Amino acid sequence: MLSFIARRLLLLIPTFFGVTLLTFALIRMIPGDPVEVMMGERRVDPVMHADAMERLGLNKPLYAQYFDYIGQLAQGDLGQSLRTRESVWSEFLTLFPATVELALAALLFAGTLGLVAGVIAALKRGSLFDHGVMGISLAGYSMPIFWWGLLLIMFFSVWLGWTPVSGRIDLLYDIPPVTGFMLIDTLLSGEEGAFVDALRHLILPAIVLGTIPLAVIARMTRSAMLEVLREDYVRTARAKGLSPARVVFVHGLRNALIPVLTVFGLQVGALLAGAVLTETIFSWPGIGKWLIESIGARDYPVVQNGILLIACLVILVNFVVDILYGLANPRIRHQR
Amino acid sequence: MTTETLSTTLDQSLLYPSPLKEFWQAFAHNKGAVAGLAFMILLVICALFAPWIAPHDPSEQYREFLLTPPAWLEGGQLQFLLGTDEVGRDLLSRLIHGARLSLLIGLASVLMSLIPGILLGLVAGFFPRLLGPSIMRLMDIMLALPSLLLAVAIVAILGPGLVNTIFAIAIVSLPSYVRLTRAAVMGELNRDYVTAARLAGASLPRLMFITVLPNCMAPLIVQATLSFSSAILDAAALGFLGLGVQPPTPEWGTMLASARDYIERAWWVVSLPGLTILLSVLAINLMGDGLRDALDPKLKNAQ
Amino acid sequence: MRKNAVIQALLAAGLIASTPLASAAGNLVFCSEGSPAGFDPGLYTTGTDFDAAAETVFNRLSQFERGGTKVIPGLAEKWDISEDGLSYTFHLRPKVKFHTAEYFKPSRDFNADDVLFTFQRMLDKDHPFRKAYPSEFPYFTDMGMDANIAKIEKLDDMTVKFSLNEVDAAFIQNLAMSFASIQSAEYADSLLKAGKAADINQKPIGTGPFVFSRYQKDAVIRFKGNKEYWQPDEVKIDNLIFAINTDASVRMQKLKAGECQVTLFPRPADLDALKKDPNLDMPEQAGFNVGYIAYNVTHPPFDKLEVRQALDMAVNKQGIIDAVYQSAGQLAVNGMPPTQWSYDDSIKDPAYNPEKAKELLKAAGIKEGTEITLWAMPVQRPYNPNAKLMAEMLQSDWAKVGIKAKIVSYEWGEYLKRAKAGEHDAMLIGWSGDNGDPDNWLGTLYGCDAVDGNNFSKWCYADYDKLVKAAKRVTNTTERTELYKQAQVILKREVPITPIAHSTVYQPMSKKVVDFKISPFALNSFYGVGVK
Repeated sequence: MLSFIARRLLLLIPTFFGVTLLTFALIRMIPGDPVEVMMGERRVDPVMHADAMERLGLNKPLYAQYFDYIGQLAQGDLGQSLRTRESVWSEFLTLFPATVELALAALLFAGTLGLVAGVIAALKRGSLFDHGVMGISLAGYSMPIFWWGLLLIMFFSVWLGWTPVSGRIDLLYDIPPVTGFMLIDTLLSGEEGAFVDALRHLILPAIVLGTIPLAVIARMTRSAMLEVLREDYVRTARAKGLSPARVVFVHGLRNALIPVLTVFGLQVGALLAGAVLTETIFSWPGIGKWLIESIGARDYPVVQNGILLIACLVILVNFVVDILYGLANPRIRHQR
Repeated sequence: MTTETLSTTLDQSLLYPSPLKEFWQAFAHNKGAVAGLAFMILLVICALFAPWIAPHDPSEQYREFLLTPPAWLEGGQLQFLLGTDEVGRDLLSRLIHGARLSLLIGLASVLMSLIPGILLGLVAGFFPRLLGPSIMRLMDIMLALPSLLLAVAIVAILGPGLVNTIFAIAIVSLPSYVRLTRAAVMGELNRDYVTAARLAGASLPRLMFITVLPNCMAPLIVQATLSFSSAILDAAALGFLGLGVQPPTPEWGTMLASARDYIERAWWVVSLPGLTILLSVLAINLMGDGLRDALDPKLKNAQ
Repeated sequence: MRKNAVIQALLAAGLIASTPLASAAGNLVFCSEGSPAGFDPGLYTTGTDFDAAAETVFNRLSQFERGGTKVIPGLAEKWDISEDGLSYTFHLRPKVKFHTAEYFKPSRDFNADDVLFTFQRMLDKDHPFRKAYPSEFPYFTDMGMDANIAKIEKLDDMTVKFSLNEVDAAFIQNLAMSFASIQSAEYADSLLKAGKAADINQKPIGTGPFVFSRYQKDAVIRFKGNKEYWQPDEVKIDNLIFAINTDASVRMQKLKAGECQVTLFPRPADLDALKKDPNLDMPEQAGFNVGYIAYNVTHPPFDKLEVRQALDMAVNKQGIIDAVYQSAGQLAVNGMPPTQWSYDDSIKDPAYNPEKAKELLKAAGIKEGTEITLWAMPVQRPYNPNAKLMAEMLQSDWAKVGIKAKIVSYEWGEYLKRAKAGEHDAMLIGWSGDNGDPDNWLGTLYGCDAVDGNNFSKWCYADYDKLVKAAKRVTNTTERTELYKQAQVILKREVPITPIAHSTVYQPMSKKVVDFKISPFALNSFYGVGVK
């Protein structure tokens, strides 16, 4: 087992360097000039421009910039934003919890609903419910989520007035950011009603972001469950006279979860992509919005290291899923 | 009369069904897939004959009819069946012409990632020592970046526009083809027929393209359908972020982005393009399901 | 009935509890449009940055009157100008206190050292603070202050003298601009000693009406009312909160839901609905800006006057104003807005006339179907809410006279860089006034000195340039007005640009907000503003 983990870990090293090279190259290829963006229609004084480029380290040849970059990374320094001059790491830390909170809420929504719907659909295969779940989940899978978000806002926030329009909490609550997770911070702050308010802000974005994972998980659970229910051990369990609930949940679901788990892993990347759109629609102060805006402002260090951090996260999650999968399924472990 | 019917039935049962017919029967068994196909045919007709079907020029601005509601609503005009947008362009005509663009983006980006994807996948499968792993590492790197972010970055480099959107989407969907082809190739390589072909002295290209590839096509076709639909979604998302096809070209996502401003006043300019995207993507996905069932019964319950 | 039951159940579950404190007096939430890049106004150029620091935390020597372009005393009580117009002596206001915050406690009142620190840092590249925290001061440089200020002297603790190289009729106005906000020398020293010079941009200390409290990127900036402000009755809000929302529709929805009391940049499409809302007020003001088409006169066919005239009259301006500005714009005739003093209102716009345009083009020997590029900005600007739409409309207008315009757009920084280099044929661009001086339009945008920069027509016309340069060296307003009027006539005659519109500035706000004034410079100031 250990050698399996070690082998997987070794594979991560070239991937990591590849990602640094790719992000560096991508970002430098983007045309544009951060000083110009800042000055807008105004005149750009050439001396001032040269000073700024020197201060930002953008006047060096590309390879030198790349080595500087790797050197910095080796010291654990992710550089500073060109625009705000704050360290990229501290900006990431202030914004990342918001995205994680949103993504976890979305996964919770998608996971519970998807599992339940998938299991029931599998048990009642061919029923109206089954067809309904499959149809809806296919529609969910085909949903342009930016449009979906707009529709939900229109309906629940503007028309019915049930949920707030955007943001993480009513700003009249002054919640000191301790953990960065609004739900936890509001509880820590002890302000009455703040937690509920934060929850109300979270509902719509979580539903929007969770829609596609929900569809995937429901379909996946259904087919995995169908497969498992056909297996011999389930038939044996049934024959033994175990209660149907026990058969389904203990023998069936546990084994059906393995492929579902991998889907969870694969969904992390998709979730982050979805987060870009969801955060844009709901003005959610997370990293998706941060990166899109930084690309617009040509804030090289932010884009470069922000993408690097996200890539590392994706790699890490996939690694963990891989290991878990290997633990659950010995055949995979000994392959290759 | 009766004998005639009888004889034809007999005749058919004696014949071995042609693969095409067999495929169609399996496909037609799935009602959703047929509905999807029907909608797709409609869409393709719209796209092919857009200039003749569309009631108006999609870029013609009827300045005296800004934001006219659809015909069946109060204030609607019969000449603008689905209403007009913010500069008085006919929405129906724009949606019909938009079908052209979305299908073009889907088709072109699928081809542009399918072909290199298959090539790289074949190479990776046939050379498992050095080349294969390096290609796979490269794909892992690309997969580590969320697709939409990567697409945004690529469009930021190349600049917004139709061709660049296609390009960005093609690059982003490349890794899945490579992985899929490689996996399928690895599976086939140990089969007897491949060994036999090898022993018979088949050249490497022949082995790759004529012996092995045709047997890997089923999952690739399914994947191509699925990525066709996600290409449409991605193009719309890029358009929505203002990075896609540039106006006045009527692309659905771009239409949605510029219509966002009118969401409270003119629901039709927002809901109709979104609905069109949803329906087209849904139709393609339904077809994809049907294709999978028909092409590869093994996969039927796998995903 | 059933719907009510559902709502009650949800209420019981606390899910749709009514918003708390939403309008508690003394709190004002401003739905702002973006995160500021930082809190040191000298480093920045945009309204977003200035609103968050210069208008809240800081003061300047001279200041613009709230809601106007008139200059009034600020941290300087009064000033004397020498006969030759080259030296300015400022008498500073006594007993002005810098903010007390967790990270800084001032030991003395505001004095001449603070003025010296503020300007020396911007002038002197070897200033110790600038060494510790390397920075450029783009706006200061752009306004030509670095070249024009010869010397700054401290005459005594409360008197400072500025000496200039050349007469600049707009000097006092320039000092009222956000970038000239007065920093605390004592705070800077303490940061320098602590080795935390960068904090000047994250944790601001000023003399202004609001004290900085906390900032969370992309979410919120919090300020407290300054209890020791030198004009105590201007501080009527205890807690000023900036809620950051980049999306305009979200801002409007939040305003309607009572989640904020003031916001800005409504989209033209929302105006009607906002005006009808009984809980909202929507003051408006003629915009101090101009959106225009710049023809690159160094590129054929725009080197020919007839072509420029033809395309100028082929533009259906009213149509554009209706669709792009949704009527929230005023048809522009000259290269600056009518609210700018010295505006020549005797100049008339040629009528929309595609027929005559065709003839002119024919006479100039331009073939039907001639292709040109038309550049459209990728961003929304105050003077042009939707450049893409405007470009599409121009494309269709010009197609009618046989000119095929290809719409080109680049990323904003790239767009500007290439446009400044003159790669375009025709382009959409515009300007918002900086300091209320006519030279800020007529000199900055169309003068010969700017042909390599923001004179996007690359138009250098000797007669015109002479007038504009002369006007800048005169201090007599009547004389200046006369010169600028002549210049405007030439500008209209030579058509280097087609002015399209001055967008109207709307500022939607709750009826509970008292005495908010729209700034012509598109700044949002909350001193003097109260909440019912």
